[in-house]
Parts: sequence; C-alpha cells; structure tokens
Amino acid sequence: MTQGTFALWVYLSRTPLLWLTVTLVAYLVADWISARTSRHPLANPVLHAIWSIDALLLATGTPYPTYFEGAQFIHFLLGPAIVALAVPLYEHRDTVARAAVPMLVALLVGSIVAMGSAVLIARAFGAPPGVLIALAPKSVTAGVAMGITEALGGDPALTAVLVILTGITGAVVVTPLMNRIRLRDFRARGFAVGLASHGIGTARAFQVDQIAGTFAGIAMGLNALLTAILVPLALALLVR
Amino acid sequence: MLFALTIILTCQLVGEVLVRGSGLPMPGPVIGMVLLLAILAIRGRFLPSTTVAEEAGSLETTSRGLLAHLSLLFVPAGVGVIEHLDVFATYGLALAASVVLSTVAALLATAVTFVAAARWFRAPGEEA
Repeated sequence: MTQGTFALWVYLSRTPLLWLTVTLVAYLVADWISARTSRHPLANPVLHAIWSIDALLLATGTPYPTYFEGAQFIHFLLGPAIVALAVPLYEHRDTVARAAVPMLVALLVGSIVAMGSAVLIARAFGAPPGVLIALAPKSVTAGVAMGITEALGGDPALTAVLVILTGITGAVVVTPLMNRIRLRDFRARGFAVGLASHGIGTARAFQVDQIAGTFAGIAMGLNALLTAILVPLALALLVR
Repeated sequence: MLFALTIILTCQLVGEVLVRGSGLPMPGPVIGMVLLLAILAIRGRFLPSTTVAEEAGSLETTSRGLLAHLSLLFVPAGVGVIEHLDVFATYGLALAASVVLSTVAALLATAVTFVAAARWFRAPGEEA
C-alpha cells in the first residue's frame, strides 16, 4: 500500500497535470477567500496562492523546475492576456485620450520616483552597486526588467524576485493608501498601480474597477519603455 | 473563440518578432497589444459597432475571458521567488525597506501628479 502510494506519487509528481491542477486549485481557493472578504487588499489571491504552493513544494521536496513544467501552461497565457488589454483600452478610448496629458506627466514623475527612491533607499541601507542595478527596474514587468538588469551587468534572477515582491506590495497597499489620502479618481489610482506594480498591480486594478484596470495596463506598457531608457541614466547619477 | 485566439496570438508573435528584430526595450506582448488596438480601430471604422457586438467567441469575449483571471497568470512566476530567497539573507533589510517604501512613494507620486495635471491641463470641452 505504502509502496503503491509512493509509486503513484512518483508518477504524479512528474506529470504536468499535478502541478497545473495544484496551481488552479490554490488560486481558486485564494480567489474564493478574496471574494468572500469583498476583495480585501490583504486577501490578495496572487500572494496567498504563491505562498501556499511554495509551502507544498517545500513539504514534498519538489524542485521549482518540476513544478513549472505543469504551471508553464498558465504562465504562457500571460503574453496573450497582455495583448488582450487592447480590448478594454479600445472600449475606453475616449476616456483615455482625454487623459493623455495627465498620463504623460504622471508617467515621467512616477517612473523617476520609482527608480530613484528604490536606489537611494537601498544605498542608504548599505546595498552594493550590484544590488542597486538589480533593484532599479523593479517596477517594470519582469521580462523587460530582467533584460535591463542583464544589459547593465546585474543579476536578472534577483531582479525577477524584486519585481514580483514589488508587484505584490503595490497590489496590497494601493487601495488603503489611496483611500487614506482620499484620492478617488480611478484613472489616477489605476495608472499609479500599473506604473509602480506592473501586471500584478494591473490585475488588482481590474478587480476594483474597469477604468482603473485600463489605465493600469497603459501605465505598465509606458513605464516599461521609459524605465528602460532612464535606468542607465539614473544609475550613472545615483550609483557612485 | 479559435479565431479570436488566433488573432491575439498572431499579434503577440508579430510583437515578439518586431522586438527581437529592432532591439526595442519593450515586451513583445505590449507591441502585440498596440497591434490589436490598431486592428480594433480599423474594424471599428469599417464595421458598425452593432455587428461586432457581444457574440460568444468574439475578440471582446475571448479577451475578457483571458483578463478575468489575470491574477492567476502571475502565480507560476511568483512561486519561483522561493528559489532566490537566499539573496535576502545578505541584503534583506535594504531590499525590503527599498521595495516597500519606494513602491509607496511611486504610488503616491504617480497618483497625485495625475490628479494635479488633470486639474491644470483640462482638455477642451471638459467642464471645470
């Protein structure tokens, strides 16, 4: 029996089916809790799905590459989903076009603050230049951020971790923060979370409001471009 | 559904090719999004909006389906954080402080600037 169970485990743990299903179940549970708490920021489904799967991987001694063989089918959909952002963008095109000037000004200010403050704070805490390079593009969607770090001689794996942590932080913090300063413009709230916290922030914005989600998607795209241009400049100024 | 998915994937594919070919610092899917936006705009020009409405499997419903659980799509990459947690052993405090404080700063700076700029430069036709 134990032998049989073990054989079954050996088989299952190697097929993509198991970890694909685990990812879906963990997310559905996390999303159900999020819905039950009327989308409370602390009940962020990404955050809770991630740590519960990590706990399961640790408990079963499963290496991440084995997990990813199953989870890659979900991961793949990330690209098409970003393309699909064109649909809400097109639907709200009039609202978006009217906000062109505020968007561009906020993009410039937000992008500089996101990069500059990250580097300055870490430097104040004594982080070495190598770490500062990996940190600078943390607000940008992972693929681009890793590319920026790599081009500047930093560690892209560290950047990937920082990007995800930044995404989750922004997604959790944005609602209470904006309520605190009584900022109710969903265009501004969405744009801010997309700029500061890329796709994970955009997902949070869509949970709250369609307009917020649309503006978050735009901010994510624009900030990827601007950060790639500004990071080398910022590092030249701030890393000495 | 199949047709819509094919259009979306084609946009992404062309986006990836353009990015790789030009060395543009943009993710391929973001270029794909711009392409899909262009397709929607062209279609909107030549087809009255009633004919492209909400039939099942349209670009609209397929895209909404993909976006409905956007959060889910970040889980597989997020789980990978566990592989690199060792870097936090050395610079944990610096990185944690930087990520949290700088994210808050970026959120505030962006949102406040947006609202201020929207007030300063009111688009023509918008009431004060």
